[in-house]
Amino acid sequence: MSYFSDIYNGIKTLLTGMSVTGKYFIHARKGSLTQQYPDNRETLKMFDRFRGEVVMPHDENNEHRCTGCQKCEIACPNGTIEIIWDRGIDEETGKKKKKIDKHIYHLGMCTMCGLCIEACPTDAIVWAQNYENSVYDRTKLSKVLNQPGSKVKAGIED
Amino acid sequence: MMMIPLNITKTIHDWLYSVMPENAASITEMLLIAIAYLALFAVAGLYLVLLERKVAAWFQLRLGPNRVGPFGLFQTMADALKLLSKELTSTDKTDKFLYNLAPFFVITTSLIALSVFPFSKQFQAFDINIGVFFLIAVSSIGVIGILIGGWSSNNKYAMIGAMRSGVQTISYELSVGLSIITMVLLTGTLQLSEIIEIQRTGGWLIWQGHIPAIIAFMIFMIAGTAETNRAPFDLVEAESELGAGFHTEYSGMKFAYFFLAEFINMFIIASIAVVLFFGGWLSPFGITEGITWFPEVLWFLIKVLIIIFLMMWFRWTFPRLRIDQLLTLEWKYLLPINLVNLVVMAIIIWLNLTF
Ligand code: SF4
Ligand code: SF4
Repeated sequence: MSYFSDIYNGIKTLLTGMSVTGKYFIHARKGSLTQQYPDNRETLKMFDRFRGEVVMPHDENNEHRCTGCQKCEIACPNGTIEIIWDRGIDEETGKKKKKIDKHIYHLGMCTMCGLCIEACPTDAIVWAQNYENSVYDRTKLSKVLNQPGSKVKAGIED
Repeated sequence: MMMIPLNITKTIHDWLYSVMPENAASITEMLLIAIAYLALFAVAGLYLVLLERKVAAWFQLRLGPNRVGPFGLFQTMADALKLLSKELTSTDKTDKFLYNLAPFFVITTSLIALSVFPFSKQFQAFDINIGVFFLIAVSSIGVIGILIGGWSSNNKYAMIGAMRSGVQTISYELSVGLSIITMVLLTGTLQLSEIIEIQRTGGWLIWQGHIPAIIAFMIFMIAGTAETNRAPFDLVEAESELGAGFHTEYSGMKFAYFFLAEFINMFIIASIAVVLFFGGWLSPFGITEGITWFPEVLWFLIKVLIIIFLMMWFRWTFPRLRIDQLLTLEWKYLLPINLVNLVVMAIIIWLNLTF
């Protein structure tokens, strides 16, 4: 007897499926997900979770939050991040202290895995949402993330 | 020489017979009509492809082709031109003769089937008195094209695709045939123009035959979708398993023929459904009955497009069947239901329970 209930259930589930896609069809004009990219370049805004490239935000005093701990460099599976660091004298305490000279990021080698951002203890690096990353020369893909003359924000290490 | 009643264009017909001897005129007329049909349905097929892509996009919340021409109207034309200009490649070990023959087999059979449809009272190339039988017979030939295409490609994916196509078409041919026969019981004639005349007085056949006719329609739609090798019955060209299936080794225009044939076949299945269930070119409730200038082709086209839309809806909703599920569906469900349905239809006609 399951023969007929099979047919009944089969038709029922098929109709359920068709009603779902039918709803999509009706709403397609309004709810279309397609971005007509080069046309809407001005207005196109990427969603927050989009991973464009790794950047290091600086505040208005040209201060960043990177302490030079190199955790991101170790965390990166591709060797994308290179940190050139130095020891300098801390003005307040007079002690020798590690600080970054250059935080080099090779965008061309980055797989956007996000492990460096996870690893950073002071949230010094974050995702940017830019997406037009193509260049004519691959040396342009190697970027120094800390701005020239910048220094670490006071009190980050505590 | 045998005269075939070609009754599309009376004026051209008369003019041809006035300037030429009878035989030559007859042949010229047939040629003209063949060329007209070829051109018409090549373009129609291209627009069906466009429609399919648009409808698919809307089902998936996309926009679909919209770059070439307004709303992308010339997209498929451009695609066809691209395919025309492409090199026709083939592999070393193909069976050259069969390999080149296969696409023409497929496309000509679908074009032959088109010739018998009454698109309107005048617009019918070939009003044959065994129209339905002719359709069933011709639509079975197309699979031979697919089979030889897959076989001669000398490619295991193409081969598997072709064999699946054989299995599928041979199985589902039964259901298509039986559901058509169910309707023929009701009409008592095989001539397509007469089937439509019957519906003028008694209402559309799906109304005249009520329950068994609706069941027959459902079975016809399922089996017809399977006949055209479209999803959810597209095991023949299951991309995830077989590359492109039987036409893996084809390129350029030969590929385009297979592609176009699929869409013309879809049009044929929809046309059969319209003629047998929904009154062909007759207007619903006879609303344009008295208006002589109204192009009845329009009604035919609207109905065909609705049914084609239904098939596209199937395609973009249902997942592909496995080969054993495919055969179970046919042999354990559709075929027995169809046979019972045939008897029910006979009883209903015997007891005069039709509307
Ligand atoms: S996102 Fe991944 S690959 Fe890119 S720099 Fe960070 S850790 Fe390396
Ligand atoms: S970016 Fe973060 S993890 Fe990397 S060196 Fe600076 S503080 Fe350490």
